[in-house]
Amino acid sequence: MKAVRLVAVAWWLQLKMRSRSAFDGLLSLLYPMFFATTIFMMFRHGGAAGPALLSAAVGSSAMGIWSAVSTTAAFALQTERRQGTLELLVLSPQPFALLLVPLTLSMATIGAYSMAATLLWGRFAFGIDIAIADPVAFVLSVIVTVFAIAMLGMLIAISSIRYRSAWALGAALEMPVWLICGFLVAISDLPSWVRPLSAVLAPTWGVAAMRAAATGRSPWADLAYCLLTAAGYGVVAVLVSRVMVHSARARATLALT
Amino acid sequence: MGGPVIQVDGLARTFRTGRGLFRRSSREIEAVKGVSFAVERGELFGLLGPNGAGKTTTIKMLITLLLPTSGQARVLGHDVVKQARDVRRKVGYVFGGDRGLYERLSGLDNLRYFAELYGVSPRESKQRVGELLELVGLTGREKERVEGYSRGMRQRLHIARGLLHRPEVLFLDEPSIGIDPVGARELRATVKHLVDAGTTVLLTTHYMFEADELCDRIAVIARGRIVALDTPAELKKQVTTGSVLEVDVFGLPDGLVDRVRAEPNVQSVVVDVRGQAQVLTVHAQPGTDVTQAVMGHLEGSRYGRVVTREPTLEDAYIELVNAA
Repeated sequence: MKAVRLVAVAWWLQLKMRSRSAFDGLLSLLYPMFFATTIFMMFRHGGAAGPALLSAAVGSSAMGIWSAVSTTAAFALQTERRQGTLELLVLSPQPFALLLVPLTLSMATIGAYSMAATLLWGRFAFGIDIAIADPVAFVLSVIVTVFAIAMLGMLIAISSIRYRSAWALGAALEMPVWLICGFLVAISDLPSWVRPLSAVLAPTWGVAAMRAAATGRSPWADLAYCLLTAAGYGVVAVLVSRVMVHSARARATLALT
Repeated sequence: MGGPVIQVDGLARTFRTGRGLFRRSSREIEAVKGVSFAVERGELFGLLGPNGAGKTTTIKMLITLLLPTSGQARVLGHDVVKQARDVRRKVGYVFGGDRGLYERLSGLDNLRYFAELYGVSPRESKQRVGELLELVGLTGREKERVEGYSRGMRQRLHIARGLLHRPEVLFLDEPSIGIDPVGARELRATVKHLVDAGTTVLLTTHYMFEADELCDRIAVIARGRIVALDTPAELKKQVTTGSVLEVDVFGLPDGLVDRVRAEPNVQSVVVDVRGQAQVLTVHAQPGTDVTQAVMGHLEGSRYGRVVTREPTLEDAYIELVNAA
């Protein structure tokens, strides 16, 4: 119960922190629209219509969530290091992985805005028919996908505890995940050796669930896989973060100098 | 629990730095070279030393942020390597400077966040945050964002943060650095209050008067080793000089410095110009008084202030560090 409270309070305060910069706010307002515009124009140019455009809208909105998390998650701990709070987080008696959950969850929450922005932009600027067949299942799929993406972001962030330059990892993984998770391209179109990788990435299942709910198919199996892989990330994060914190204490990389 | 609250035995820490991309070379720096000391419950223990002496490295090993290269340390009976989480639950850490706070949050939100991290229950948290804001004089300003706080206010917020979970041992790493004299005095009063309430404090500082006023015992650390460990009064006695005579002279006669220096109990003579006056500072041998002899040489000269003082902790510190 205490852990849930800690995550909830820390998530709210992290969200407060992240939403206080007008500059960051403007960028997160515009960024998903650029994504959506590019993708809708590409699909239109290729002659896509109806369900294909809806599928593209869902995929591009997931791209927005992932981009908001991947680039900032890895940099978040470097920011904590710079402001001298990383040492204080490690110094607290909580498992370090637990402290990362609200951090990346707050980023994914901000990213979730891109979901709404993309769908609305598609509807009003491109006239795409956003008819969600099962709205309740769709909203649930969005919530689970946001959580799963946050957990994947947490795995990326962990490396920054030990390695000061690991923030570059987030930027490097941003676009490959778009592809591998089938945000825009069908996974069946990817080379067969990529598919096992897609299967272990939780967003793959999250986006599949969102698409299923939008088009009236059952999303529950995809949602279950999504939750399962996200929970797996949690277990890995707990184990890896212990090793990383120990290594950071040995190598003296918790502070900036 | 009997025994010392902090027990340090032969604690050492070496840092390895690497440079170069292809022909990579590494260099080892021994920051702390086997320090040993013990701090008793309720004691205010000072760690004094110049920049780079190993004070912060020692503290960071004790609070589990750094692993020692060798040696052992126990805080409240817990090993700082093997029982890190037990140590973390019971210690507080406050450092000086602008960092260590969330700038975009209010002071109140910062405290709420750290209270959660330390598992302070919601009911206690509200009461505790109020008490601490009162203690550090930030009541009424707690809803403002930290980015608008002065350095003194930030430092006071740091203290409040470090005390949220009622730590049994508080580590203060140069807490008064960069704050104004009034703020520093308030900080000293807060630290005294904490020690009176039973908190054990390990303090590092550059300010001698601060250490002299606050500390029960002081360890002087230089180049990674403890070069002296005693009460401030005993450390002052370790200075090889005796009393110090200062005289403001207006027009120092030729040859007077050499004549004073030739006096049997005079250890050293220094002349410093301050405005119209030349300040003659004479260090006597321990246990002797050279006032009459020096004043004899000044007969017929114009002089003002005449002061005899005991050697300060600063005199002792400089002598110890220079000898290291």
